[in-house]
Amino acid sequence: MIPMLRRILRTGIVSEPPPEAGAEEAREIARLHGEILRILGRALSIRQVDAGSCNGCELEIHALNNPYTNLEGYGIKFVASPRHADMLLVTGPVTKNMAHALKAAWDCTPDPKLVLAVGDCGCTGGVFGESYASCGAVEKVIPVDVRVPGCPPTPLALLRGILAAVRR
Amino acid sequence: MRFLGEPIEFEKQAGIGSPVWRGRAADGAALTAFAVAVRRADGRLAALWGSDERARAGGFRLHVVFGLDAGHAWLSLDLPAERPAYPDLSGIFPAAGRLQRATRDLVGIAAAGDPDGTDARPWLRHGAWPADWFPLRHDAGEGHGFANAASDYAFVRVGGEGAHEIPVGPIHAGTIEPGHFRFSVIGERVLRLEQRLGYVHKGVEKLFIGKDLAEGVRLAGRVSGDSTCAYAWAYASAVEAACGVSPPPRALGLRALMLERERVANHLGDLGALGNDAGLAFGLSQFMRLKEDWLRLNGKFFGHRFMMDRILPGGAALDLEAPALAAIVEQCDVVGREARALKKIYDEHAGLQDRFLTAGAIDAALAREFSLTGLAARATGLILDARAHRQGYTPPPPWAMLGVRPATDERGGVAARVAVRFAEIFESLRLLRELAVGLPAGAVCAEVPPVPGAGGLGVVEGWRGEVLVGVSLDGAGRLARVHPHDPSWQAWPALEHAVMQDIVPDFPLINKSFNLSYSGHDL
Repeated sequence: MIPMLRRILRTGIVSEPPPEAGAEEAREIARLHGEILRILGRALSIRQVDAGSCNGCELEIHALNNPYTNLEGYGIKFVASPRHADMLLVTGPVTKNMAHALKAAWDCTPDPKLVLAVGDCGCTGGVFGESYASCGAVEKVIPVDVRVPGCPPTPLALLRGILAAVRR
Repeated sequence: MRFLGEPIEFEKQAGIGSPVWRGRAADGAALTAFAVAVRRADGRLAALWGSDERARAGGFRLHVVFGLDAGHAWLSLDLPAERPAYPDLSGIFPAAGRLQRATRDLVGIAAAGDPDGTDARPWLRHGAWPADWFPLRHDAGEGHGFANAASDYAFVRVGGEGAHEIPVGPIHAGTIEPGHFRFSVIGERVLRLEQRLGYVHKGVEKLFIGKDLAEGVRLAGRVSGDSTCAYAWAYASAVEAACGVSPPPRALGLRALMLERERVANHLGDLGALGNDAGLAFGLSQFMRLKEDWLRLNGKFFGHRFMMDRILPGGAALDLEAPALAAIVEQCDVVGREARALKKIYDEHAGLQDRFLTAGAIDAALAREFSLTGLAARATGLILDARAHRQGYTPPPPWAMLGVRPATDERGGVAARVAVRFAEIFESLRLLRELAVGLPAGAVCAEVPPVPGAGGLGVVEGWRGEVLVGVSLDGAGRLARVHPHDPSWQAWPALEHAVMQDIVPDFPLINKSFNLSYSGHDL
């Protein structure tokens, strides 16, 4: 226990400002956090749905929860059920084999039911496009509020997208 | 050259990539005999796919790659255009089962075996296209406009008093890829796990057809995003073997730098998640912090946090200057120090070890049975690493000069996979220092003029295990067929065995200790 506490103390709080990211980026993250809090008042619950991605986007969504970005510290958290979610964060392309499950998840998400299409593939189908196996962009299957392109989009781009969705 | 006393002549593939020999089986019986000989010699089924050669050779072709002591034996078997059947290999190599089912779904050539013993259920085809349409046949057309009919899947039912089923997925509870797990349990004990995969099948192999070599590498780098460097290198290596091009030494050093950085990034993330799954959120915070530092350095010097599109046929898409190499060495020191301190905390944490030590065990016999490679195989004590010397095997450059020491652990469970991941981080940090300090001077990319009709196979030791990419070019020098193979094909069935007799709440931990790819498998 003592080595662990010592390490926690030595690590300190790394969330502000993130090293290597540069002061500009750190300020931007802090500003985005502040604005999200102001608009939401309390909290935002996100359900992530991988509807066919190469798993690259998921790596950056994981990074949203690292201590540098520290989403949860600001009341934004990922939840296990779409029934608990305000927002679906959907990566694509939507495969034919996932279209039904994605629709079902959307159906049981309560209002405001915000949808963020994540990554080039979620936005347009990307390198996979539309085919016998792929429906392409997320919007081909469920309504989309905001698109966050990138292959994969950086955590900062994802944060900006989340903010753009809650501003609407 | 012949292997294992079997009467099949093999010829060594050109180039400086992993050692690959190519041969043709005269008929199904010769293929079966060779497979039996490989299994007896503790060899592996490394990959299996089909191709439509009706335009070129009048029929279909089955490709089976075996892992031998000396390297890989790529055996092909020509099949007639009418009734293209081949012998079922799943009785010899259980890992062949799903590969054969996928080959039937995509190419329409089927394994003919015992009608009761051969699994006839579709694997990647869930109902998005009809059973008599095969996407990888050249006359298939695009296949737009099929009704996407949901299909039932005949899971194996476990009966008996108190037995019940827990269906999980395709959408899982966390930020992970989709797939379906059907647990048959009594109380909390798992009697049987059956997976149904294919949910992220997005038609990758069909997309390769007709692309040029440069377009192909971009797609190869998106087969499984967490292994983008491994796939891009394996694809590039296959193309280089086909076209008789050797990438310059500096390019090989840069590729190895990227591959080892990819390995460390994934191990750091998974070690954090493993701590978290066993209730130690401290581990997740600490390791995710290290991983973020790691990814930011990638972004700074490689121009991409996951180094996508930085490996090209012929070499690398970037060069590193002295300050970048110095920063890489310095980061190895920092991360090495921190990871050692965290390892000590993990090792001494009773609650964590209590969860790690008893869960998810498989032994070396099972690893051989399923032709397992990579960290999961090494965690059962098997010394299998395409980067490392072993009896009768010399790794390709740049590994041969580095003396890679494969990490092994004989316990076979979650604790062993954790130990192997830690050991691999430390070994990769050593390799990164050596690669950065000793990076050869010179060009970083060679021209790759396509050779019409040529083919090649690339093998790279990715962080999960052996990544293979088979490539064949058409008469115009464009891609006729590309088959990427993920080590998860062999590891998914092993995972079904690893959870037997464990309790349901241990499944997330066991699953994470493997952390298999869905996208790389579903294609």
